[in-house]
This record gives sequence, C-alpha cells and structure tokens, in this order.
Amino acid sequence: MAERERRRVRPRGTIFVPRTQILSASDVAKAITRMAHEVVERTHDIDGLFVVGLQTGGVPFATALAAAISTIVGNPVDLGLLDVAFYRDDIALHPVVESATTTISSDLTDRTVLLVDDVLFTGRTIRAALNALSDWGRPSAVQLAVMVDRGHRELPIRPDYVGKNLPTSREEAIDATTDGVWIGKLVAK
Amino acid sequence: MSNDIILRNGTLVGSEGTTKGDLRIRGGRIVGRGDVGASSDGDQEFDVSGCLVGPGFVDLHTHLREPGREEAETIASGAMAAALGGFTAIVAMPNTEPALDNVITVSYVLAKGAEAVVDVAVAAAITVGRAGEHLTAISDLAALGVRLFTDDGNGVQSAAVMRRAMSYAAPLGITLAQHCEDESLAAGGVMNEGALSSQLGLAGRPAVAEELMVMRDIELSRLTKCPVHFLHLSTARSVALVAAAKAEGLLVTCEIAPHHFTLDESSLAHYDTQFKVHPPLRTASDVAALRSAMTTGIIDAVATDHAPHASELKDLPFDQAPAGMLGLEQVASLTWEALGENPDPVRFFALLSRGPARIAQLRDEDSRVGLSAHGGELTVGDDANIVVFDPRMSYVVDRAALASRAHNTPYHGRAMHGRAVMTLVRGTLVARNGELQ
Amino acid sequence: MDWETGGEMISSIAGGNLLNIDDLTREAIIEVLDTAESFLEVSTRAIKKVPTLKGRVVASLFYEESTRTRLSFETAAKRLSADVISLAVAASSVKKGESLRDTASTIEALGVDAVVIRHQSSGAPHHVAAALPGIRIINAGDGQHQHPTQGLLDVFTLRQALSSRAGTTGSESGAELFKNLKVLIVGDIRHSRVARSDAWAYATLGSTVRICAPGTLLPDDVSTWPVEVMKNFDEALEWADVVGLLRLQNERGSGTLVPSLAEFTRSHGLTQERHRRLAPHVLITHPGPMNRGVEIDSLVADADNALISQQVANGVPVRMAVLYLALAGGEPKGYSHE
Repeated sequence: MAERERRRVRPRGTIFVPRTQILSASDVAKAITRMAHEVVERTHDIDGLFVVGLQTGGVPFATALAAAISTIVGNPVDLGLLDVAFYRDDIALHPVVESATTTISSDLTDRTVLLVDDVLFTGRTIRAALNALSDWGRPSAVQLAVMVDRGHRELPIRPDYVGKNLPTSREEAIDATTDGVWIGKLVAK
Repeated sequence: MSNDIILRNGTLVGSEGTTKGDLRIRGGRIVGRGDVGASSDGDQEFDVSGCLVGPGFVDLHTHLREPGREEAETIASGAMAAALGGFTAIVAMPNTEPALDNVITVSYVLAKGAEAVVDVAVAAAITVGRAGEHLTAISDLAALGVRLFTDDGNGVQSAAVMRRAMSYAAPLGITLAQHCEDESLAAGGVMNEGALSSQLGLAGRPAVAEELMVMRDIELSRLTKCPVHFLHLSTARSVALVAAAKAEGLLVTCEIAPHHFTLDESSLAHYDTQFKVHPPLRTASDVAALRSAMTTGIIDAVATDHAPHASELKDLPFDQAPAGMLGLEQVASLTWEALGENPDPVRFFALLSRGPARIAQLRDEDSRVGLSAHGGELTVGDDANIVVFDPRMSYVVDRAALASRAHNTPYHGRAMHGRAVMTLVRGTLVARNGELQ
Repeated sequence: MDWETGGEMISSIAGGNLLNIDDLTREAIIEVLDTAESFLEVSTRAIKKVPTLKGRVVASLFYEESTRTRLSFETAAKRLSADVISLAVAASSVKKGESLRDTASTIEALGVDAVVIRHQSSGAPHHVAAALPGIRIINAGDGQHQHPTQGLLDVFTLRQALSSRAGTTGSESGAELFKNLKVLIVGDIRHSRVARSDAWAYATLGSTVRICAPGTLLPDDVSTWPVEVMKNFDEALEWADVVGLLRLQNERGSGTLVPSLAEFTRSHGLTQERHRRLAPHVLITHPGPMNRGVEIDSLVADADNALISQQVANGVPVRMAVLYLALAGGEPKGYSHE
C-alpha cells in the first residue's frame, strides 16, 4: 500500500496511477539486506530489538527486515504491527483513515524499537507512532527505517535507515512495495 | 360626485356559468353589471380582463386565537390574512381561551370582528368549555346571529350529548359542525396511523377514528333531523359515507381543508412539526379521493382550518408540538391547482364562496345579524363582497411575508399558481396584489 | 437522505450524523463494525485511551435517563480523549416543554463538536440536527423510533460470535456471515426502538428477519419493514438462528396491551422449557435491561448461548467507532484555516 505520508492521507475512492518505476523487486530486496546489516551493526542490544511495522504500508518491509536481521544474528526477532490511525493529529483535515490491526505482544519498556514504514514524507505518521508507542511502555531507544525518503518534512524527524532517497514534488505520489517502487499520481476512482 | 369602483372586462362567475362583463360598485353595493358605461372623475377603474370575478370567499373554519393567544393571531390580523387570500367573510372557531361558549365572549368576538377588514361570523361551542358535557346557551347564542355550533378542536365524544345537542338545535334553524375524531381511538396520536407512523415510531391517529364519528353523526342526524356539517374530512371513506348520506337526502354537508387535498403523510418523514395537524395528513390515495370528490359536488366547501401557532410551540419535539397550520393566504391557489388541468370556475366559487356562504347562512336570503351578504350571483343591488382571481398569477410562499402573526405555514418556498388579486368588502377595496389597501 | 421519502442512502457515517439505521447502506454498517474491531483491540491494552479526539468536545444530552447507555457513550468519548460535557437534562426543571431550538443554541454556545442525544420524543435528534448543521448528532435512542448504536452493537456482537465460531475474524468475514442468517425479533416490537434498528441492521447485512409478538404489541403496519410476521412463537423458534428478545415496556403501557404478564410469558416468553428445545447453534440477544421472568427466564439469561453480557461490553468499542467516524473530517470548534 502506497504512501501513507501524504499531506492529506489518501482518501478512499482514489487509486494510484504509476508513471515511472524507480526500484525493481531485486533492488528492494538488496536495500533490505543492506539495511538489515546496518541495523545489526549500529544496535548494541540486538537481542532486545523489537521491529514494529506501521499499518499498512510498512508491514511487508517490517516483515522482510525482521527476517533479514534474524538470518544475520541467527535468532528470531520480535515483530509487531502498529496502526496509528487513532493517534494522528490531523483527523480534521482528511476523511477517515481505514483502521487496521495493532499487534504488539509485549511491554516495550527497555527494548530497542525499530519502526518500519514504506515512505517517509511529512513525518506526521512517525510522530503519531511515537505517541502510540508510549502506550506500550518506555523503550530504551527508538529507530526508524523507511524504504523511501521523499523529503518535505514538516517535523524534526529523520530516518536512521533509508532504502532510497527520492526527491519528489508534493503533487507526486509514491507506491512502495516489496515488488518495487513507483512514482506516479493519485486519481479519483 | 360618485366614487365608483369599476371592474372592467372580467369573467363574471355565477352559479350556473360565466359571462364576460363589467361591474360597477357604489355605496357598498353592485350598481351596474354588463356594460356599465364610461368612468367619470373620481371613479377607480380596474382592467380585470383574464381574471375571474366572483363572490368573495367565505371561510367556514378560521382559528383567530383571540381571546387568549393573541401572540399567535388576533381577530384583526386573521382578518387581514383572510382579505389577502380573497375572503370577504370568515367564521371564527370557538376554541379560544376562554372558549366561545357564552354570550359575553361571543359578543366580544363579534364586536372586534365588526372592526376587522372582513366580515367575522362566529361558530360557538356546543358544550360548555368544549368539554363535551353540558350544552351551551344555544338558543341565546343563535339570537346573536350564531348559525354554526361546534366544539372544534375536539369532537363531541359522547353520542348521548351529541344527540341531545342535535335534538335541541333542530328547530332553531342552526347547524351543528363536528370535528370527527373518536378520542378513545385517536388520543395520544400525532400522525396518520399506518406503515409510516410505525416506522417513525410515532403514535397514530387512525382513519377509523374519524370515520366512526362521521358514521355516528349521520345516523344521529337521520334520527333528529338536525343538519350536521362535517369539518375537515380527511379520508376517502369519510367522503364516501357523506356521499351515501347525501344520496339518501339526509341533512349533511362537509368541508375539506387545503392541506388534506394537497399534502400527504410523507411530508412528516423529517418530523417537521409544520405538517402536524388534526385530523392528520393522510395517504396519497386519500388525497386523490378528496381531489376527485371536489369536482363532483360531494364536497360542499373548502375550509382552511387556519390554525396559527407561536413558533416557540412549533419548535417543540414532534409529539409535544401543537397541531395545526395556516391556510388563509394560500387556499385559493391550492384549490385552483387541485381542480385539475382546466379548472371549472363555477366549481371553484362553489367550493370557496357559495357553498360555505350557504352553510354559514351568510347569503342574501338568510337571516343575518350585523353581517353583509356573501356568496351571491353578483347581481345589481347585492352587497359588494367580491373577489378578483387571476389564474395567470404565480408567486412563491414566504413565511416571513405573511399577514398572519404566526409563521406556521407548511407551504414555505412552494410555488403557487393563481391568486386573489383584489378583495372588495362591502364595496371597499381591502386587498390588492398581495398588499392590504 | 432517508428511506421514508425514498431518498438517498448513507454509504458512510464519516463526517456525518448517525440518526437512523434504516438509511445506512451495508458498506456504512460494515465500516462501523470494522472500525469497532480496531477499538476492541484498544480496550484490551493496558492503556485503553487513544488521543484521537483530543480537544474535541462531546456533549451527552439525556432527556430520558439511561445510566448504562450514557456511561457507555461517555466512556467511549473519554477513551478517545474527547472532553465530555454531561447535560443531565432529565433531572433538570426544563424536562418537558423546552424548545429544542433553545437547547441547540446552548450547545452551540458551548463550542460542542458532537451531541449524543437520548430523548423520549421520536424525531427529537432529527430536530436538533436540523437546528445545528455544523455539529455532529448521534442518536442515543429517540422515543419509539430508533436506537442506532444499539442496533450496531447487536450486529457487531453477532458477527463476533459467528466469526469466532467459523474460525475467522469479524473484519475478515465482512457481511458474509449474515447471509442466510435467520433472525427472529420477538416481544414488545410496537414500542421498541431497538427492534426498529435491529430489523434494518440485520436485513441490510443480508439476513432474513421475522418478527413475532402478541397482536397488540405488533406495530400498526409493518408493510414497509424488511420483515415478515410470524404468528406462532414456537414455530418461529424452530425457524430461527438468532433470537432477539426485547424488554416489555410497561412504562409505555404495554402491560395493558396484554391480558397479563403471565400470559405474555406463556405465549411469548423465552422460558427454560422453550430454551431447551432450541437447536444448539441458536444465539440469544437482549438489549437490556431485562425483565427476568417476563420475556426471558432468569436462568436462560445467563445461559452460554445468550450474548447479553457481550452486548454490554461491545457498547464501548462500537460507540468509539461511531464517535470517531462521525467526527472525522470535521473541524474542531473555533478552528479555522484562515
């Protein structure tokens, strides 16, 4: 699912029309492997790592990244899913965001949380995710991995791991999946 | 010097047909008809070609709210609304506070009515306080000129009391008028009983509550030989009962209200209290039956049941809001519309003027007290109570622009076709083109 | 906007009012149920509160006291971080005869974003909604007309039970499990706003709905309802997959519409004997509060196939979903984009 991080979150009833493919499926796979190595390298307490995928676009990347990290360290890595729909600060500005499941099985106190999303744009989803995480305890550290950083930040948030930096205009839309990354636009159905 | 009013080139509507011609009015009477000659200095001449000229409308059913509820309507303001609607006479209903159930209150209304812009007759209560128990001073009130008696707002619930009233009234030359709803079936109800009321969760007033009382009073009239007039009939079955009684030669007459032949219960879907009325708006097939009966002569009169209510009362929740709606200023347009593609002017004036004037005993040949004659043939020598109706005129109802003190019209924003453009009461032009003169 | 005039159906309550169920499409109902599923998860967390409606003001306006419904709504609003103003109108002196327009202007002056209204008069929430176009109105029960959140939580509870039985989740099953479901609504249908909401909710989701009641407790005319009437309660019980019981509303005169409560129980009560004859898969609902021993036997009320306590528990997530959806897309009071 594309692009949660648009200024106005994609309203229902619109579809993504791709224009150019930026990354292929194998480019995405390579980027995930590279990011997994970076995570292992930079995380002191790798056993305490808890990967949290943001619903719904971040879920496939979080799953893939957790699997890649687990392969490197030889141990299973905890994985949870987080839906931030109820934590957004812009409910007034856009129609309802369809909500999805949150599955965070344990207390996150003193864990290192790795938030994973598909596209980083204004930073508002991440802000909402940071607020939400506090409901599950007090992590010792929170890191952020995104497949695409498209710029236009509105909050002091920066990713720790990036699959691809991709300058865009605000009017453009990004579709990032494990099958590849496309640039295009949203149109009414 | 004469100060005549001349209506030039109108279509004069009699009870048998129409003729083209002029009318000349002087000193409160019709003094010329047909070709009335040229005008002279001081005469007011109006070209009314294309318009219907007929006897002024008579409303059998006006709630004036005075005394007691003057914030909603007064005798003066109700009379002004009537004049704008083309009426030259109205019958004031007795459900004021206190009720018009004695010589003093009736005299008060008659005195106030004498100063109003149209003739005001009074319908007095049948029972004291309209409580359905003890008869009012029917004979004394008849001597004041009251010709219609009714507990309207309520029907007389007890068959025994109604029979007693009819037996007492029969030799007095008066008519008893009934609001037909059996309260043991209708009490608590706020709209027509049926599928819609069941879905809206509103308690119903069933059609049978009306029809049972119509049936009862037809039989009581047969028994007592007292004329009975049925107010605001709303169902197809009620009209059929009256038609059968008339065919038997019984002394029954009936009226229908404009909302009952214009609106149906579906108007209530949004709980808009402007459409709350008793008897309630019925089904579309009842509306169709009433419309069809209007063209056949079964219906003697269209009567407004003009019922002003202060807006704060209409702002209450649906079941708590009072029932009733305005009608004087739009009824002529609605009646014209209801008469179909090619309305018959004779029928139009029968429903709005000659029929009600006969029932209210306001015609030239009736014994009247203090009131002029209405519902005539526009012959020379008649009291000049005249309306000019222009079928080509269109307008949109604006509740803020009504002459009535209240605003509870269900027709706000509705386009109307045909309008009373001149109303003359006893020879004086009191309303013209929607403006009081 | 509504069925009564054959008007438009509402395909989502997002950013709008919730006044009726009979004008909601299947999509609109499923959207509420799926959203409620998310809030159900929230209520399993250690911290049961989310900041979604921070800064919004929800007024609960109960002209007719109902502690459970009011608490359920207020809890829902608080778990969404909304500020709650509770106007206990039922207790105040202006119980009857206050113009709804006056109440509405008070609400407007308080800067309220949403009003949850319970009123003894059918249509009162519609009246307030017409007077307050900028404020979201949630009907918490109006006279004998509708109780839409009860209808929604009833179908939510049913979907929860059926999906767990089918080994799936509510969201995954959508409206599928309502297809061909045979729902019987029995008892004091005449006075019941719950019956009016449930009948449409189930029918819209694809179920077959039948009603059964003594003749005097049936509505005057159900020809426009999506239901069939069954005369014999015992035959109806054999037919049904779901039995929706209703409270006999003595305060509305139902007691005088049947010869005696005992006769009502004999003819239309879910007694132990009738309960024993039910097929094992049959589920029982009751909106509460129950008249134990009248429409439902006390032991039956506590039986395993009775979903009554789940219905109460689901009140909060369903009402969270309704408040969330209704307030989405709207602007908080006093907020402007220049």
